Amino acid sequence: MTDYTKPLPKSDPVTAPFWDSLRRKAVEVQCCEDCNQFLFYPRAHCPACGSRALTWKPVSGRGTIYTMTIVEKTGNRNFKQDCPYVVALVELEEGCRMMSNIIDVTPAPQDVRIGMPVEIVYDAVTDDVTLPKFRPVAG
Amino acid sequence: MNDARQAAVVGVAESDDIGIVPDKSTLQLQGEASLNALTDAGLTLKDVDGLFTAGFRTTEVAEYLGIQPRYFDGTHVGGSSFVVHLGHAAAAIASGRIEVALIVHGESGRSGIGLPASGSSPQGMEGQFEHPYGMPGAPGAYAMACARHMHQYGTTHEQLAEIAVAARKWAQLNERAFKRDPLSIDDVMASPIISWPFRKLDCCLVTDAAGAVVLTSTQRAKDLDARAVRVIGWGEGHDHQIISQMPDLTSGPGRISGPDAFAMAGVAHDDIDVAQIYDSFTYTVLTTLEDIGFCNKGEGGDFVSGGRIAPGGDLALNTSGGGLSYTHPGMFGIFTIIECVRQLRGSFSSQGQRQIENAKIGLVHGTGGKLSATGTAILAVE
Repeated sequence: MTDYTKPLPKSDPVTAPFWDSLRRKAVEVQCCEDCNQFLFYPRAHCPACGSRALTWKPVSGRGTIYTMTIVEKTGNRNFKQDCPYVVALVELEEGCRMMSNIIDVTPAPQDVRIGMPVEIVYDAVTDDVTLPKFRPVAG
Repeated sequence: MNDARQAAVVGVAESDDIGIVPDKSTLQLQGEASLNALTDAGLTLKDVDGLFTAGFRTTEVAEYLGIQPRYFDGTHVGGSSFVVHLGHAAAAIASGRIEVALIVHGESGRSGIGLPASGSSPQGMEGQFEHPYGMPGAPGAYAMACARHMHQYGTTHEQLAEIAVAARKWAQLNERAFKRDPLSIDDVMASPIISWPFRKLDCCLVTDAAGAVVLTSTQRAKDLDARAVRVIGWGEGHDHQIISQMPDLTSGPGRISGPDAFAMAGVAHDDIDVAQIYDSFTYTVLTTLEDIGFCNKGEGGDFVSGGRIAPGGDLALNTSGGGLSYTHPGMFGIFTIIECVRQLRGSFSSQGQRQIENAKIGLVHGTGGKLSATGTAILAVE
């Protein structure tokens, strides 16, 4: 039923809880029970300490832009009509970083900046997949 | 190390044609470069017992060339692969496993004839966590790292442009360079944005070309007419694959490979007469200079300013014109070795300004993936 033509993620058994949580509009990320670090992307062990004791925990969905690029030209035909658009690494309040798009903003360096506070937007691009996007925090 | 088994480069070459070569496949270009480098060394395909290649499987390249190596290494860490191979080949020669190593790479990068298959799965980590957001491959990844560096250290667009301008000035001294028109900082700044903060002229060329490097032991090299260039130190490192997992966006694995290469060679940065540093983007050079210790982290912008890496500057860097102006078929690393060897041999002594007079020690550095992997090597002549 969908006419969505852009690349879609396909979950695996370890990453499925992340994608499932987005469909529920309640983003969850893994946290290590031994060293208490949040980690992303999902894994079967903690890359910081090697522990396999990981727990899925809800996170706030708030963070700041750690770094970004504004794509003016792309060789990817599925995204050409979106140019210019912002791809960013968002550092969540809980400490881990996630790639996403910054939306609801003018895609210009003076309007979207490193360090800017952002919050999650749940973008249900298909019945099966909800992508996490971020927008500047109002005010 | 047993000096007789120390490895030396005895042959280097490009393919017959470089630039836009619409009538030759990737493997054909690699074959030409291989034969040309072996001829440069005074050797033949029959002498080759070690093969090092990336992108294609070693079996495919060996089959095409018509060789049956007893030692092979298909380590594929993008554009850094061939500098990494240089160290691996030197180790294989030092241990006595092989006598003659061939490192070859090339691509029909512009014309797209006979390229190896590529692509990634939507269930891979890049497919799940980067591709859905329209991440535009290498330019976007390097741009993200550069943006963080600019934010953290105040690095400017003008400083990045200095690197492109210096490369072009060197390219104007290289008759095989693809881009030789005069270029100013203003020209770079006025070129269209591709993926902010990168403009078009911050990004490397896309060309058709191949290059090859032949090594043997210093003992065997004495029997050859070619001037041997010894491999005296090498290092390698990687710390991530996809850009969203890069531990420190402003510092790449050159901080591992660089010091390892210098320590093994027993030389200091001031001893380097000529440096060939992978320039997929202007920023790649800037961060590499910091990572491998030519200056402190955050000082790369100052280091390259004022024409310091242009002809006549303090550090002879990318004297071919580099990937920004000379050639860049997809993975540039092999060409850093070729240019360094030619400089140390004095190959350009009849061409005036391009030759670094009395060059004795050179550095080559490859970067691969999304600032993911690096190889550094130090070469020397007596």
